[in-house]
Amino acid sequence: MKSSLRLMGTTTLALLTGLTPAVAQVTAIGAPEGQVNIVAWPGYIERGETDKAFDWVTKFEESSGCKVNVKTANTSDEMVALMNEGGFDLVTASGDASLRLVAGDRVQPINVDLIPSWNTVDDRLKNAPWHTVDGVHYGVPYMWGPNVLMYNTEVFKEPPTSWNVVFEEMTLPDGKSNKGRVQAYDGPIHVADAAQYLMFHKPELGITSPYELNEEQYKAALDLLRQQRELVSRYWHDAFIQMDDFKNEGVVASGSWPFQVNLLKSEGQPIASTIPQEGATGWADTTMMHVNAANPNCAYLWMEHTLSSNLQSDLAVWFGANPSVPAACTDGRGMSTAESCKANGMEDFEKIRFWTTPVSNCAQGDGACVPYYRWVSDYIGVIGGR
Amino acid sequence: MSHSAVLPARSLADRLTGTFWRRPGLLLALLILPPLLWLGVVYLGSLFALLLQSFYSIDEFSGVVKEEFTLKTYAELFRAQNLDIILRTVLMAAAVTLACAVLAFPIAYFAARYAKGGWKAAFYLGVMLPLWSSYLVKVYAWKLILAKEGVLTWAAEGTGTGFLIDGLLTIPGLEGSSLSTSPFGTFLVFVYIWLPYMILPMQAALERVPTSMLEASADLGATRGQTFRTVILPLAMPGVIAGSIFTFSLTLGDYIIPQIVGNSSRFIGLAVYQLQGTAGNIPLAAAFAVVPIVIMLIYLTLAKRAGAFDAL
Repeated sequence: MKSSLRLMGTTTLALLTGLTPAVAQVTAIGAPEGQVNIVAWPGYIERGETDKAFDWVTKFEESSGCKVNVKTANTSDEMVALMNEGGFDLVTASGDASLRLVAGDRVQPINVDLIPSWNTVDDRLKNAPWHTVDGVHYGVPYMWGPNVLMYNTEVFKEPPTSWNVVFEEMTLPDGKSNKGRVQAYDGPIHVADAAQYLMFHKPELGITSPYELNEEQYKAALDLLRQQRELVSRYWHDAFIQMDDFKNEGVVASGSWPFQVNLLKSEGQPIASTIPQEGATGWADTTMMHVNAANPNCAYLWMEHTLSSNLQSDLAVWFGANPSVPAACTDGRGMSTAESCKANGMEDFEKIRFWTTPVSNCAQGDGACVPYYRWVSDYIGVIGGR
Repeated sequence: MSHSAVLPARSLADRLTGTFWRRPGLLLALLILPPLLWLGVVYLGSLFALLLQSFYSIDEFSGVVKEEFTLKTYAELFRAQNLDIILRTVLMAAAVTLACAVLAFPIAYFAARYAKGGWKAAFYLGVMLPLWSSYLVKVYAWKLILAKEGVLTWAAEGTGTGFLIDGLLTIPGLEGSSLSTSPFGTFLVFVYIWLPYMILPMQAALERVPTSMLEASADLGATRGQTFRTVILPLAMPGVIAGSIFTFSLTLGDYIIPQIVGNSSRFIGLAVYQLQGTAGNIPLAAAFAVVPIVIMLIYLTLAKRAGAFDAL
């Protein structure tokens, strides 16, 4: 009697696992299907059309026989929408989209045994929480980057050591106030930068993650941002407008991306960047595979290809980001060098808190945290002087 | 053998022609159906879909849109920060419209009554030329002109009039570190961009004012000022109103200029753009989008009451 019960139990369990497609993963790579369809950020998958020197597609197509079709998307929402529609095999999802895709059963677990280069992936990224859920991998790390503090070297002879130059009114090393000479990011996610600053300077608030704020912590962050509003003459939104403001508007310090820093430096501007003592926020993208991918074999081949160090190396230079494969910085197979990786923040991984979408059910309890849509409406108020 | 006066129908096309001849209304209906569908489904249909969204609300906890009818989202428009946006946008639109009208009237008047031949062509070209270049390029150019280290500040400092700009930038509400980060800069760029939309309808209206009426007015002993106030202005009013509808509604809806020039404070268009994106707050975005529609309806009603359309 007892054994027959157990038998029934295991049979049911076996049936259940067998019938749940979300747990199924590819066990062997078969013949390539001839194409792979990818949703990607603009500039992420280059085939030498923008700049001949940057091409990591043509050779892959020749050697694998998989034609790469890219659909670019400009926001994480667009990416999620495209994946929900279906018809794509892969997506380069940021931290604010990846978990949504996993939760919505839009992506499938990845069998890392089928990706020979998996062991070259940065150990810090292998089990990152934005693509690993309950120990299951839902993607292959692609690129990551910090939001650095960009500053004018003529004003700051020494790199600023704290984000306070953009949050508190003060006299800068050149003897003039920072009022009207600093900028902040024109997106509600900037609330997280304020929260991270408070995490360091007001430990009594008990902030553990800048993306999980309860009402009290959230209010403190907004108050800090209101104080910042007095200092900021214009918030930055477009990378090129920010670069212009550093050149023509007398802006000397702001949160920014390595992209702007590198471009301004290449123009000979007196610009440098740093990650201050409080740390920084950042983004990390993952290549994820659709649950109903029509071309799984080509998709796996592409994921393997994304980890090849020459792709990672060139892409890091192209995008001002950091490779997921550390060897790409030093093995000389691409344009990256140890210096260029350092400039993009390769050594500052531990100081970075990666982007995730704030939701109301967080580590502090269900419904304890302020969700993202409120960040949006309140940040609008802060910028409007409320 | 009897012969009918009417020839027997030979083909389907003939019969169709016959039907149309007997029922002209049918042909008219068929011809007008596609454009009507376009207007009804594509134009008004999408508008109503939008209106419908604004009656939904967003769930406070999950951030998911609840598809139940409620006025909660409209109530949110009355929160201080949202009222600020509406007020800011309407004030800006009104100021821009007024400035455009004052600037455009003399230009349109000259072009309509005095410019002849080649001059007229040159005038048209002058007004239209900026419209042909990219809108974005013009706005970026203005950002550079107004910048702290831009040509305007440079010229002002060179001529010793820098205090004028500095003084302007200390006026409450217009503060900024330079013209390019001040709401006054936003205003200047708006006026520049929309001016042609004011000049052209004004000029068309002024051209239709018959010279005989002006002569009659003079014959009856009216001074130039009286003629202007009682004859020219009322007759040109439809043009002024038409122009102001353009400048007013275009300013209400624009989301590019305040993003590039100004102090980043939100305008209605910008708020809609942001709320429908990552925030996923489509209901509030839709409610915001209804605001300009309502404002324009009020505006048109007031204009009608004021007799702006009497001369149509």
